[in-house]
Amino acid sequence: MNIVIVGLSHKTAPVEIREKVAFPPSAMEAPLQQMLKLPSVSEAVIVSTCNRVELYVISRQPDAAIIELKQFLADFHNLKLETLQDHLYDFEGAAAIKHVLRVASSLDSMMIGEPQILGQIKSAYGYACEHKTVGLILNRFLNKAFSVAKRVRNETAIASNAVSVSFAAVELARKIFDSLENKTVMLIGAGEMCELAAKHFINNGVSKVLVTNRTFSRAEKLAEEFGGVAVSFDNFREQLHRVDIVLSSTGAPDYVLSAKKLKEVSKMRRYEPMFLIDIAVPRDIDPLANKLDSIYLYDVDDLQGVVQANLKGRQKEAAKAELIISEEVDQFCLWLSSLEVKPTIVALRQRMEQIRQGEVEKTLNSLTRLEDKERKAIEAMTSAIINKILHHPTYILKQKNNDADGNLYVDVARTLFDLTDQGGIELNNDKSNS
Amino acid sequence: MGTMTLLFTSTTLVYLAASIFYLVSMIGKRPQAGRIGRWLLLAGIIFHAACFAVQHSTARGTPVTSLHESLSFFAWCLILLFLLLDLRFRLSVMGAFAAPLAFLSMVASALSPNIVVQLSPVLKSWLFPVHIMFAFLGNAAFALAFGAGVMYLIQNRMLKSKHFTGIYQLLPSLDVLDRVNYTCLSIGFPLMTLGIISGAFWANTAWGTYWRWDPKETWALITWFLYAALLHGRLSTGWRGRRAAIFSIIAFIFLLFTFLGVNLLLSGYHTFDAFAVL
Repeated sequence: MNIVIVGLSHKTAPVEIREKVAFPPSAMEAPLQQMLKLPSVSEAVIVSTCNRVELYVISRQPDAAIIELKQFLADFHNLKLETLQDHLYDFEGAAAIKHVLRVASSLDSMMIGEPQILGQIKSAYGYACEHKTVGLILNRFLNKAFSVAKRVRNETAIASNAVSVSFAAVELARKIFDSLENKTVMLIGAGEMCELAAKHFINNGVSKVLVTNRTFSRAEKLAEEFGGVAVSFDNFREQLHRVDIVLSSTGAPDYVLSAKKLKEVSKMRRYEPMFLIDIAVPRDIDPLANKLDSIYLYDVDDLQGVVQANLKGRQKEAAKAELIISEEVDQFCLWLSSLEVKPTIVALRQRMEQIRQGEVEKTLNSLTRLEDKERKAIEAMTSAIINKILHHPTYILKQKNNDADGNLYVDVARTLFDLTDQGGIELNNDKSNS
Repeated sequence: MGTMTLLFTSTTLVYLAASIFYLVSMIGKRPQAGRIGRWLLLAGIIFHAACFAVQHSTARGTPVTSLHESLSFFAWCLILLFLLLDLRFRLSVMGAFAAPLAFLSMVASALSPNIVVQLSPVLKSWLFPVHIMFAFLGNAAFALAFGAGVMYLIQNRMLKSKHFTGIYQLLPSLDVLDRVNYTCLSIGFPLMTLGIISGAFWANTAWGTYWRWDPKETWALITWFLYAALLHGRLSTGWRGRRAAIFSIIAFIFLLFTFLGVNLLLSGYHTFDAFAVL
């Protein structure tokens, strides 16, 4: 039994290709059922996001499955296989396991550590469960992937720092004010980055927004958009003492706010901290203001610097995450191999033999007067009992081996007879995170 | 006596273990370790309280007459207040300051002679334990204000210089640190005031005068004025943040001198062995 993956992602395919092979979440049943009907496929999950489309299946003939899946992907979307061929990748066995664990842990994402991908895989798994296209292996495998992703998140700092300028600004504000609730933001001027940052601040609890602009009508328009108040550009400075966070991006050639003015404002605020973000180039706020005790002034380069440092930090953490993943891959491979029938039958026999010998020895020790012949008879009888008992289960295991649910029988046999010395025990406990 | 030594030693070791967990949590950026540290400290103050209870029952009276006993009592107050603050503000990282300080205080306590001081009957009054408990609870609050001040300065420096090191992630926001500083101050100051007043009344019952300008009294008064100035600054002129942090660090250095320096360097009736002589 093998895990097989065919897919493409932002790393191998441009958006023009990705959008053509995407599967809409509203119509998952048809493709999932069609995949199950492929001759060498026994379980199926489809992960389809804006950055990747991947098919996860279980198969006995990985090579055949890969060809079938590629053809399926092209046929389903009415494309020629040649147009896709160069963008597709495929994995099987340990490489496939590793790939999925990396994807779920957001190591393969465009932005390393972004949190959405885990949710997307969870809903992909949800669709497959709903349409009953997952069985024992994918079930356990994906739950494993979720718990590994959680482990990576908990044990490394991979997702801990903001990697966009506007998020970095919100994070810095939290380090100054703790909670952004009841804080007031003032936007000076307008600009895409400024508005984006303002939106982030509002989403994170900022309650009051003031907007000012040289053109008052623009200020009014933005104020309406954010549910704020427009202030005329001539006297916005008189409102500053009520403002905790300033986002500035005017096109003015000179400083709009002098350090001297901010010193006055700071005093009026009784030195309550103020966070100023100057996104304008040339700058709007005199950089000397950062020297004032309760003023924290960041310009575009400062914020970029924070983002760069965070990205570097994430890459460092990614290395730690890779270690965790290779450890988990080994463990899962071990469980997967335990699902093979032959070693299970061998283990089952060994286990029975072990019990038989132990019990026979105990009995013979107490029956000291037995002849050699009688001892041999007891040995032969106990062996015969084991053979009789194991005959049918062995037959069933071998026969079911060719069915789709064969792994289930192997897994149950291992559980019932406690043949879990191959890493199966730990895996059993991973189902809590679905 | 055996039980007490056992309790004292295990308390010290638990504080040590908590210190290690908190330091690992801070240096290795592992918040889970901080949570273990918190439980250890909770266990620590329970052992510690049991230790005081045993001491009290063995007829030694208020367990704070010698340097040995007062250092140990200080550690207990410190951890108690830290745990309360942690409950309110989630200040795990401050444990890396409070727990080692408590541990060192216990070690210093173990190293100083554990003499049983028999108070002369004149000095036996309910005011004496009250005086000492107020004073030490106040000291512990000021020690935590000092810790919050140091953390504030580190955090402030990183935010100003825009250069962030590993500890940045663990530090609470400036706002929280400033509030902790203020909370400690507003707990510590009344306690210290009550400590000084109850001390004066006790001195009056013992010696017939309220105030004798003994070095400890003088230094305590200086420290008291410093904290009064800080509190006044905060309440009336809006001192906060960096300025308040620096001020509470300086004031704590004075307090440390009042608590230890005076006893070790200057002489007066507040020295711990002076009671026996009197």
